[in-house]
Amino acid sequence: MTIPINWYLLVAAALFCIGLYGVLSRRNAIGILMGIELMLNAVNINLIAFWRYMDQVRLTGQIFAIFVFTVAAAEVAVGLALVIAIYRNRATIIVEEIDLLKE
Amino acid sequence: MQDFFFSITWLVPVFPFLAFLIIILFTQNNNKLSHSLSIGSMVLSWLVGWGVVFSAIATPHLGEHPIHFSVPWFPTGTTNFEIGFSIDPLMAVTLFMVPFVCLMIFIYSVGYMGYGTDEVDPRYARFFAYIALFATGMLGLVISENLLTLFMSWEIMGLCSYLLIGFWFEKNYEDPNKITPRQAGLKAFLVTKVGDLFLMLGLIYLFVESGSLSYADTLFNHEFLAELAHTPALPIFGGWSAASAIAALIFGGTVGKSAQFPLHVWLPDAMEGPTPVSALIHAATMVSAGVFLVARIFPLLSVVVELEHHNPTMGLIAFIGAFTAIFSSLIAITQNDIKGVLAFSTISQLGYMIAALGIGAYVAATFHLITHAFFKALLFMGSGSVIVGCHHEQNMMEMGGLKEKMPRTFWTFVAGGFALSGFPIITAGFWSKDEILAHAWHEFMNEGVMSWPFFVWLLLTIAAFLTAFYTARQISLTFLGKPRGHHAEHAHESPNTMTIPLIILAFFAVTLGFVGIPEEIIGYGNNWFHNFIGHEYPATPLSLPVMLLSSGLAVGGLGIGWLVYGRNPLLQGEMDPLESGMKKIRLGWLYEAMRNKFYFDELYQATFIKGSVKLADIFYNFDYHWVIDPFINLVARISRGISDLMNQFDEKIVDRLVNLTGLSGIRLSDLGGITDNKVVDGLVNGIADVTGWVGENVLRPIQTGKVQNYLLILLISMLAIIGIYLVY
Repeated sequence: MTIPINWYLLVAAALFCIGLYGVLSRRNAIGILMGIELMLNAVNINLIAFWRYMDQVRLTGQIFAIFVFTVAAAEVAVGLALVIAIYRNRATIIVEEIDLLKE
Repeated sequence: MQDFFFSITWLVPVFPFLAFLIIILFTQNNNKLSHSLSIGSMVLSWLVGWGVVFSAIATPHLGEHPIHFSVPWFPTGTTNFEIGFSIDPLMAVTLFMVPFVCLMIFIYSVGYMGYGTDEVDPRYARFFAYIALFATGMLGLVISENLLTLFMSWEIMGLCSYLLIGFWFEKNYEDPNKITPRQAGLKAFLVTKVGDLFLMLGLIYLFVESGSLSYADTLFNHEFLAELAHTPALPIFGGWSAASAIAALIFGGTVGKSAQFPLHVWLPDAMEGPTPVSALIHAATMVSAGVFLVARIFPLLSVVVELEHHNPTMGLIAFIGAFTAIFSSLIAITQNDIKGVLAFSTISQLGYMIAALGIGAYVAATFHLITHAFFKALLFMGSGSVIVGCHHEQNMMEMGGLKEKMPRTFWTFVAGGFALSGFPIITAGFWSKDEILAHAWHEFMNEGVMSWPFFVWLLLTIAAFLTAFYTARQISLTFLGKPRGHHAEHAHESPNTMTIPLIILAFFAVTLGFVGIPEEIIGYGNNWFHNFIGHEYPATPLSLPVMLLSSGLAVGGLGIGWLVYGRNPLLQGEMDPLESGMKKIRLGWLYEAMRNKFYFDELYQATFIKGSVKLADIFYNFDYHWVIDPFINLVARISRGISDLMNQFDEKIVDRLVNLTGLSGIRLSDLGGITDNKVVDGLVNGIADVTGWVGENVLRPIQTGKVQNYLLILLISMLAIIGIYLVY
């Protein structure tokens, strides 16, 4: 008896929603970045699950997941560098105070 | 040797032409070099020419097989014109005469134009250039192989006659009625041009019919001639055949060049030129060219006779020749100018030749052409010698008694005069003239008394008597008796350069006739001249009555002339016995008419010249007063009226229209300005206002600048799109 794919998908969806909520509601910029990480990993769960249950011959799903890790790592590196740069300029990482796009 | 001479025949006219070019271009200032060049070139022409002549004589059957040599000249359309020479008996006998007589005249000119004396002519060198060119023309005409080059040579002579007759162009006379050299030159040129026009028409006609002008294709092509004789001519010639019509047109050229009635008027006035020119033009070359031309086209005439037994053109030719012969000898007996007598005598003798050709006496005509050239050149040069001796006195009434003062001139002149009169047996003129008369007699015996050969014979016989008479008159008045003027008293014999040519020519004037003595006298087959030139024509039978009659007339004419003028020579101031005699028998009017050349100059003055002037006047008036100018003025006036109208139209209508247009333009732009300001600007401003308002009041509040707001909107939009996707 194997675990059906729905379970995996439900976990991934939950994880995605948690991440989304974090992104939309957290005031701290680092919190938003963490939310983004959650969403990306939810996607990764989906990718691996679909690979495992649908097409095990080709490694597309796994490879895609590895690409997502890589991109996520780069994204966090850039994101954190941005946060540090903003903090140095404005001495805050509260996103509501950083409304530069309005200017 | 023969082939050698035949192959260099073309050089004959080239020598004098080169002499002409060299003299006219380089040596005009050197009299001696110029006359040496001129005479030298003529010597070369003469040597080559006689080489050709004797080669031709030595060639058997030349008449049946004439030699033609041509090279391509210039192509026109479908015809290639050729240039070349032909050697046949007619050419040979003419070439015997022309260069030799020319050479004599050239040598004589040295003395006549005063070389080595104080009276040397100021244009001495140019004179020799001109006569060299003249000889070029005549020699080119004689040797040419086609009628085109013949015509060109013919025209070269026409030009030279103009230049030489008017050689002393600065001369003016006190008597306004006396023609000056420049007028005489112009007259000769224009009158002969009338004939030349006919000649050209004839050549064009022949060319249209044959497509060629070479002798080989036309005149010596018997089949073509026969075809031409059967071709009807253009309608204006009535029922003539094309051969007759062409011959008649070409004969028109002869009428002009050989001074036949009615174009004879130029020749007497041409005596205004220097005397060597008179000898050249009126004996050896130019007038002979006309007779030569008719002899040349004789096949064209005889072919018609052969086929139809009658040729209207020959009747015309015979009539004009015979009439000219009698008409001008009548004038000659009354002339007092020593050269004037000879001028009319020349016209008369040419009339003989033309009449002879007209009655078919081809051989006799050619014979007379050659003998006449010698003795007439002799007579002209003799008269020139007299003129020089008498210090340019030309009136015979002022002369007399020159026999002792100028013995060489006298005796040679007598030889020439007797040859001209046809003194029996011992002169050339006798044999040639007698052959013409005998032929005319023969023809009229065949055709009966009421035929044109009879009239030809009658007129020529009377003319023969008159010829002898005026010759005796001339010799008596000039040489016999006592001098009647101071010029004659101080006369002197001319230099050797003048008298030696006279003696040489006198020799020929006496002996040349022996080549054509009728066969009956010296045995059949021995008439050399006839055998050589006219083998295809029957020999003229000897007619003893004619021979006796013409001998009698010649001797009688000379005798009567001597009785009237020679036995009791005229004294100074005495009236011409002929004039007083004719007045006695109430023929004074006839004498006056003869004296005044039957008033032909006056007639032509009154008709053609006045007519031309009148016509020119009419054209002038037509041009200036009657039609053209008024018409042009009318056109101008109409144009001006129209332009006035146009001006008004322009000012009143077009200008206003233009102004109106301008004004409307201004108004329209005003309107445009308003539209622009109010409507367009308003629209643009309105759009800007609306955009500004929307930005201010709608879009600006959305743009919070907060990332999470944007993400929220993104999410909602995503969900909305997914929702829509799922529903549909």
